[in-house]
This record gives sequence, structure tokens and C-alpha cells, in this order.
Amino acid sequence: MKLKGSQILLKMLEEEKVDIIFGYPGGSVLDIYDQLYKSNIKHILVRHEQGAVHAADGYARATGKVGVCLVTSGPGATNTVTGIATANMDSIPIVVFTGQVPTALIGNDAFQESDITGITRPCTKHNFLVRSVEELASTIKEAFHIARSGRPGPVLVDLPKNVMATETDYDPASIKIRNYDIFHKPAPKKMAQVLEMLTQAKKPLIMTGGGVILGKAAAELTELARLYQIPVTGTLMGLGSFPGTDPLWLGMLGMHGTFYANMAVSHCDLLIAVGVRFDDRVTGTIETFAANAKIIQIDIDPSSINRNVVVELPIIGDTKATLRDMIKFLAEHNYTPLPTERSEWLKQTAEWREKVPLTYCQNGQVIKPQYVIETLRKLTKGNVIVTTEVGQNQMWTAQFFQFDKPNTFITSGGLGTMGYGLPAAIGVKCAFPDKQVVDIAGDGSIQMNIQELATAAQYNISVKIVLLNNGYLGMVRQWQELFYEKRYSHTDMSYAPDFVKLAEAYGIVGLRAIKPGEVEPVLQKGLSIDKPVLMDFQVSREECVYPMVRPGESISEMELGTREMIN
Amino acid sequence: MENKEHIISILVHNKPDVLARIAGTLGGKGYNIESLCVNTTTKYEISKIVMATIGNQATIARIENQLQRLVDVIQVDDLTNVDSIHREMILVRLNFAEDKKEQIKKAIDTYKWKVIVSNDAFVILEITGDKPQIDLALARLEPLGVTDITRTGIVALDLKG
Ligand SMILES: Cc1ncc(C[n+]2csc(CCOP(=O)(O)OP(=O)(O)O)c2C)c(N)n1
Repeated sequence: MKLKGSQILLKMLEEEKVDIIFGYPGGSVLDIYDQLYKSNIKHILVRHEQGAVHAADGYARATGKVGVCLVTSGPGATNTVTGIATANMDSIPIVVFTGQVPTALIGNDAFQESDITGITRPCTKHNFLVRSVEELASTIKEAFHIARSGRPGPVLVDLPKNVMATETDYDPASIKIRNYDIFHKPAPKKMAQVLEMLTQAKKPLIMTGGGVILGKAAAELTELARLYQIPVTGTLMGLGSFPGTDPLWLGMLGMHGTFYANMAVSHCDLLIAVGVRFDDRVTGTIETFAANAKIIQIDIDPSSINRNVVVELPIIGDTKATLRDMIKFLAEHNYTPLPTERSEWLKQTAEWREKVPLTYCQNGQVIKPQYVIETLRKLTKGNVIVTTEVGQNQMWTAQFFQFDKPNTFITSGGLGTMGYGLPAAIGVKCAFPDKQVVDIAGDGSIQMNIQELATAAQYNISVKIVLLNNGYLGMVRQWQELFYEKRYSHTDMSYAPDFVKLAEAYGIVGLRAIKPGEVEPVLQKGLSIDKPVLMDFQVSREECVYPMVRPGESISEMELGTREMIN
Repeated sequence: MENKEHIISILVHNKPDVLARIAGTLGGKGYNIESLCVNTTTKYEISKIVMATIGNQATIARIENQLQRLVDVIQVDDLTNVDSIHREMILVRLNFAEDKKEQIKKAIDTYKWKVIVSNDAFVILEITGDKPQIDLALARLEPLGVTDITRTGIVALDLKG
């Protein structure tokens, strides 16, 4: 069958079972858009290409499938870079199709030409420039395969205009690609070492990360922890991989981790780290991180091991399969923790929890941001997918929401991209139209991709925005308060639009809460409307996120805030 | 841990950009490439890159892991601590200045240098050897008045095979 490049692209998307594309047209993708006009694949017209990539990324994080976007050459392509870098840092499988000038013009500084494969080389898992229509089908197949195999990541495919317009034979059955799958090899010797280390440990701790969610290993991790009563802490990316309401859960660790999680890491004698990469926000000073512990690290990517922290027992492998092997091996060898030792350790963690719980003080006439998050959690019973922006809003959500299930907390962890939450929520809601999807936002971040309200309005993608409006770039202001003697250099953003009117101008619903008593009714109303809703919560302006580990300090040294704040 | 030169042999799919990806992976993470040699193997689709870089054992392990992550990389071996042979080649041009002519001819005889071009005006020599041998040859060539020189990166082969 003879087909044009643009037709082959759509055929291949169907082969890959792509049901939705987030995109934005332009000159060099006109042929593709002409095919989309006739196709059954759903296309969401975003308002900025960055929004398209974050939406595809949100879709991917919520479903575990590959997210797809399509943009034009030149500025369309360069606008995707922040989105791609965001996905890359968090290992999210997406495929980004960019238009390109005709092959004959590449290198000529042609109109709307940009070397997008060069620009994105360091922030993609891989990228391709398709030089001829003959290699198109196999390249697309390879792109999807690479995006989702092994440690997932973003793949960019650059499509010159003439390649889209040229015909060639298309036969899906004959497409062959290299296999990038990593086959799981059981490692009985390593399992024996795990058994030995666990047997010797008096104070074991599990640390769960994004690799557990990406590897779909939350059930195994939960089983391991519960079977042997091992307390669990997690990184930002790991939230939801172990139930946030389980008594074994100690909360997030690191810079804004709980007191008890950071104390547990600092005092444990065995740390089982699964799918984490020991980011500096997590470890504090490396020398003091888990200084009393032997570390077992499980990760699919050898480059994550021994990079920041030296570990005693590295196990390279798929998190799910490895944890399953581990559970089996421990059972077969009748591993049983000594009951008195384990109960002493659990008692110790409970004492830390009691001494400095995660808390805040909702008194007076000003809404505390944490109270909004807790109320949201109460009203939804956690039955919701939450995205966040970046800053205090993100950290309070991580601290107070208590995520019970994987793929329900969607946030830009590695890159920390402001403006991520709204378009990501749109992507999530497209994947799960029947689920409640909420973007917990800051007033600075939401303005970075605010244009996507039009996208939500156009398609009635009924995402809910919970805006914690403090009139500041709050997290930066917090650092200025703590480390720069309150010199609030360029962080006051109280000059802002009236968000309720702005919502209405976009054709969505805007609600506002000013007093604590209005929080619950506004949330209730906002959540019950089947339209996109922006809820503007005017919160306490100078609330800080605590605990906080000062950069360059050990995570056992935390600022806990004032007494007034914590009782 | 001590910093020293490591010879890393990388087998790759001969795809567009593969060298840029490798150089970028190292450069972007702050590692320097001291020397480089790239060409296809007996199969056109597979290339071998031999690269010298300086670092301690931990840095080198990190570099190897980062390289392994690249989709087009098939295999990475550090040939530094295994039995392997290393060779470099130089091409040197010596002009026959009046006062150097005899000296040059004598040196070529003494050191058994291979002459590939010779005429009244100059000779071009081809010298191969491992790094110390090349460095020694360069020291001997110095007083003869080198007018142009080109030196390859290191090629290396593991003796175990
Ligand atoms: C694109 C981008 N620019 C700058 C930053 C640096 N930054 C981190 S948090 C933050 C403040 C965010 O303010 P806001 O969205 O109002 O959230 P808040 O901290 O007040 O909850 C800034 C500017 C960033 N993370 N991303």
C-alpha cells in the first residue's frame, strides 16, 4: 500500500494505540493536520506548546502509557523544551513530534528552522531526525518503544515537511526494530545478601521513589513493608507508592520531609532504597545521610546507583520483579524479624512522630494553606488525582495530602517546573474524564501557563484549580525570610489579576474564599460543578513550609518553625 | 582515589549524531575527552569509539554508566586495568633545511622511521607506537624542525578478545 508520510504517521499512531494528541499547528505540520482532520484520533488544541508537552506528560503519569504531542518547527519546537526537560528529569514516557523544514533546506537557517534534535539532545532519552519517508514507520515504532522501555523517558521525532508529503510503501507487518527491553535476571546471591542484611538489622527502613511508581511496583513494596513491619519513607516522586494512611508510613523525607522521616533515615541501620536517585534535596549533606545505615539500592538504571550515595548492595533490575523475588526469597528462607527489636524500632519512630508531628495552626481570620489541602483531602476522601505547581503549594500538598495510591500525585519533581500543574491536570482529566482532577496551585506558577484555561474551557475539561493565593512567589520569599533577613527582592506578586474574573473571562467558573469558614463550602461547590473551576483561596501571606532542612545541612538538623505555628 | 588516564572502548550503532551524543554526555556532565578515535568496524552499521579521559575509578564508573544509558551504545569497556594494547599514530613533515638535512637522514636510519613521502624539499614520516613510544619519537623529532604534525587518538584492543 502506497501512503504519504503524514498518512503513515497517523497509521503508526493507531498501531501504537494512541487515543489522544496534544498539539498546536503551524506551517511545517500542515500535511499532518490535514490528515488529523480526517482521523478518529482525538486532538486537543492547547494554547502554548509547553502546555501540550505537560499535558502529554500528565496523561503519561496518570495512565502509565506514552503521552503524545505534535507541534510545528522553529518556535513551536523550541517551546517544547521546558516540557521535555521536565519529563526527562522524572523519567516520563512521552513522544514529541516536531515539524521541520524540508530536508533540502535543513542547515540553511530557513524560515522557522531550528536544530531541535541538537537542542534537545541533552534533555531527551533519545531523538530522531527522520531523513526519508522509508525510515518513518520504523522510527516511530522505535520512538514509542524507547520511550516506554527500561528507564522511561521523552523521545523527540523531527519530521521534515517533504518527508510528510512523500509517498512510500507501507506495510505495518514488515516493520522491524531493535529491542531495547531489559530482561529481568533473578540474582539469588544478592537475595541471600538481602536476607543476611535484614537479619542483622535492628532498625530497617524502606525508602520508596518514583521508580516504584514507574515500575508499577507499589503493591510489591507495600506487601514487603507490611509483611515484615518495616517503616516506609518516600521521596516526592514516590508519594502514593505506599499508602499515606498506613501506620508504617513516615511521610516524605528530605528538605521538607517530616521530622520523623528524617530522624528515621538518620538513625536506621539498614536502608532499602527502591527506585530513587538520592537527589540533593532528599539527602541533605551526603556525608551525614543515613550515616548509620547499610544501604541496599534497587534501580533499573545502573547510572542511578553509586552516583550520589555509596551503597553496600546495589541491585540493578526492574523494581517490580526484584521486589517480587525478594518477597519470595525471604519467605522461602523463613525470614522473621526479632519481634522485640522491631517493636522497639517502631516505638521509636512513633515517639518521633508524637514529638514533632506535621502540623500547622488554623486560628484567626486568615486561611492557612495547609487547611485548604486537608479539607480537600477530607471532602474527596483522597479519591482524586492531584497535580501541583511548584513551590510551597507543592510541598504542602506532599506533606498534608496523604496519597494512598500510585499515579494519583502528579508533580514536577526533578526540574521543578512552575506552570506544570494546570496543563498536566488537563492531560490527566483527558485520560480519566470520570475522576476528580485537581491542580493545587500557587499564584505565581498558575500565571505561567494560565492560557490553558482556554483549552479547558473549549473542551469542557473540568479540572479544578485550588489556588493557594499568597500574593508572593512564596517558596522564594520563604528562603529570603530565612536566609536573607526578609529582604523580599522581587517576590511580591500581589499585583495580579482578579482570578475569579479571569476565570469567568475564560468561560469557566471562578470562586473565592477569604475566611477560613468559606474554605469548605467553596471546595464543596467547586468540586460538584461539572465544568472547569478556579477556586481562589486567599491564604496567609507569609506562612512557611516546615520542617525545613537548610541547604548544605544534615537532614537530621531541621528548622521546625515557631511554637505558635506548630501547636 | 587517584586520577589517571583511562582508555574506554565504546561499541555503538553507527547512527547519525552518535558521536555528538557521546561527546555531549561527557561534556554536559563536566568530563573532558583527552583523545578520541572513531571508525566503523568490519560491519558498517557498528562503529567503535576509543576514548581517553582522565578521572578516578568512581568517575570513570559514572561515565561508563552514563554512556550505557545512551540508546545507540552497545557496549562500554574500560581497557585501563585489563591486558590490552594501545597504539597511536603520527604523521610528521620535516622540511630539509640546509643545516638539518644530514641530521634528519641520520635520524631516519637510526630510529628506522617509516618514510611515506620523500623529495628534495621534505619528508613525511609515519610513526606508530604506544603513548611513551610516540612521546619519545616526538622528543627526538623536536630538534629536527617539525613543520607539521598530526596525531591520532588512541586505538586499543583487549588481549582476551
Ligand atoms: C519556571 C520556573 N521559574 C522559576 C522557578 C523558581 N521558583 C521556585 S518556587 C517559586 C515560587 C513559586 O511561587 P508560587 O507559584 O506563587 O507558589 P508558592 O510557593 O507561593 O506556593 C519560584 C519562583 C521555578 N521553579 N520554575
